Amino acid sequence: MADFTPSPDLAPPSLTVGPLGWVRTNLFPDPFNSVLTLIALYLVYLTLPPAIDWALLKADWSGTSREACVSGGACWVFVHARMNTFLYGFFPESGYWRVNLLYFVTIALLIPLFVKQFKYKVILAAINLVAFPLLVWILMSGGVFGLSHVETSNWGGLSLTLILAAIGCVAALPFGVLLALGRQATNMPAVKTMCVVFIEFWRGVPLITVLFMSSVMLPLFLPEGTSFDKLLRAMIGITLFQSAYMAEVIRGGLQAIPKGQYEAADAMGLTYWKKTGLVILPQALKIVIPGIVNTFIALFKDTTLVIIIGLLEVLGMVQTALNDPNWLGYSTEGYVFTAAVFWVFCFSMSRFSQRLEARLHTGHKR
Amino acid sequence: MNEIAEKQLENQVSDQPIIELTGVHKWYGQFHVLKNINLHVKKGERIVVCGPSGSGKSTMIRCINRLEEHQQGSIVVDGIELTSDVKQIEHIRREVGMVFQHFNLFPHLTVLDNCTLAPIWVRKMPKKDAEEVAMQYLERVKIPEQAKKYPGQLSGGQQQRVAIARSLCMNPAIMLFDEPTSALDPEMIKEVLDTMVGLAESGMTMMCVTHEMGFAKTVADRVIFMDKGEIIEENEPHEFFNNPQNERTKLFLSQILGH
Ligand SMILES: Nc1ncnc2c1ncn2[C@@H]1O[C@H](COP(=O)(O)OP(=O)(O)OP(=O)(O)O)[C@@H](O)[C@H]1O
Ligand SMILES: [Mg+2]
Repeated sequence: MADFTPSPDLAPPSLTVGPLGWVRTNLFPDPFNSVLTLIALYLVYLTLPPAIDWALLKADWSGTSREACVSGGACWVFVHARMNTFLYGFFPESGYWRVNLLYFVTIALLIPLFVKQFKYKVILAAINLVAFPLLVWILMSGGVFGLSHVETSNWGGLSLTLILAAIGCVAALPFGVLLALGRQATNMPAVKTMCVVFIEFWRGVPLITVLFMSSVMLPLFLPEGTSFDKLLRAMIGITLFQSAYMAEVIRGGLQAIPKGQYEAADAMGLTYWKKTGLVILPQALKIVIPGIVNTFIALFKDTTLVIIIGLLEVLGMVQTALNDPNWLGYSTEGYVFTAAVFWVFCFSMSRFSQRLEARLHTGHKR
Repeated sequence: MNEIAEKQLENQVSDQPIIELTGVHKWYGQFHVLKNINLHVKKGERIVVCGPSGSGKSTMIRCINRLEEHQQGSIVVDGIELTSDVKQIEHIRREVGMVFQHFNLFPHLTVLDNCTLAPIWVRKMPKKDAEEVAMQYLERVKIPEQAKKYPGQLSGGQQQRVAIARSLCMNPAIMLFDEPTSALDPEMIKEVLDTMVGLAESGMTMMCVTHEMGFAKTVADRVIFMDKGEIIEENEPHEFFNNPQNERTKLFLSQILGH
């Protein structure tokens, strides 16, 4: 009997590897794609140089008033001069450190969640869920620990955007999970119906309506004399609205879990909550990370809508600055700046989601 | 290994039935899947269940740990009757291990974590002890070196052995198998069957749906043949294979043995 000897491994053809190989396979694989590549390059050539010229080369950077802007490029002096209101809104200047401290503490509390060796991630995440809103309230609103009280109507700018988005995310995720589980609970028809009605109601109305109702209609229903902070009402509105979307995203993940996983967990004697928390949710949430982050990104951008109830987050602040007679005519700079800010945050979230997926990847399914 | 030896002692065949199905009926909607099933399994007994596809084999053994609900008759496991009482169901599930056709390992957990999950969260065993026990059983199914891997990185045969070890970690009194080798390539069937034979030799009470007739001949105390939701024939393996009583059994045996 002849022995089986494997054939030797050969090197791949040189035109499929290296930079040249990359250009060939990605840009010029066939005539049609080569034409597309050339058209795309031409469009880049048409748009990119003037944009760079305007935004960077010809732009004015230093100065304090519009007199400094003479070169015909972008007038970043405007953004620079108004930066404090863009970042902190009408928060008293002496209290800027409180906002900064809030950023700092929040980031410090989040970092351990991304350290591989840190073992108590779930516990810390749970603590953060409670700690974060509390921190916001203590540092921003004040009135305790000798901090002067700052009305929520003075909050604004990027800090308001971040607070609205962060609280929205932090609250919408657990709510969404509960709603999704409730909607799956076929053996509890009452719970299921309530969840379905809730989800379908909030998904059926536009966020603008929700915000209007929270600021205009809700006070009509509340007993006379009870005042209920406008920002808080907006936050609750946003949270309920987003948790309905979140619930549907998570439900998609729950449905993707094979029946065998539920059965294996049941067969071991795990109770419903243990089965859900230890076996089902970790897998379901992992599957829908892109969907969850998508919802977070949408929420982040939706925070701009609070402008219609008079809350001025970063876009609102920019628009207010544009109405300043001293700075009329610099709206392009203002909107480019706003777009850049949003893009940086949204893009980071998107990259983060990709890294998280790669990190949680544990080989082939089943 | 001491623990396993003890288990072996207490698992010797005794006259006391550990699973009793009496007049069990089940319907899926209008469809009558189980018809008057009567079956007593003694402690330490090894039962092989066979029969054509759709005859209700899976449904029957899944009723024993209440993955499926029966509508009539009674099922008593380890002295406890299965009702809709959640506490009793959980109690029975702690005592009954189950191995599935498609392994159903948890893909997000390592092999070791798969094995320690239930001992830690159901039996409230300290993590260290649970890991020790898990390693013992992983050694017993001959894959301790895979403990840190994820199920997705193992072959089918290895996954099924992990699934067996995972069930054993709960120290169950009864093991149920639902076609444990039918999703495996021929090369891997043997390693899983060897593990099961080893388990049978240790005196575990086993109920196994399988078409591996070699396995049935070597380890079964009794073979049960089902068709159309009924138990048609039950006998010790030698008689069952050499001298089947029922025409339907003969036909089935000639089909699976006759090629
Ligand atoms: N959830 C269900 N709803 C309705 N009918 C079902 C359901 N599960 C199983 N059945 C039907 O019940 C019958 C018995 O199914 P069961 O899975 O117990 O068969 P089986 O003997 O295990 O077959 P196989 O050898 O193919 O696994 C089949 O006819 C099947 O179609
Ligand atoms: Mg079956």
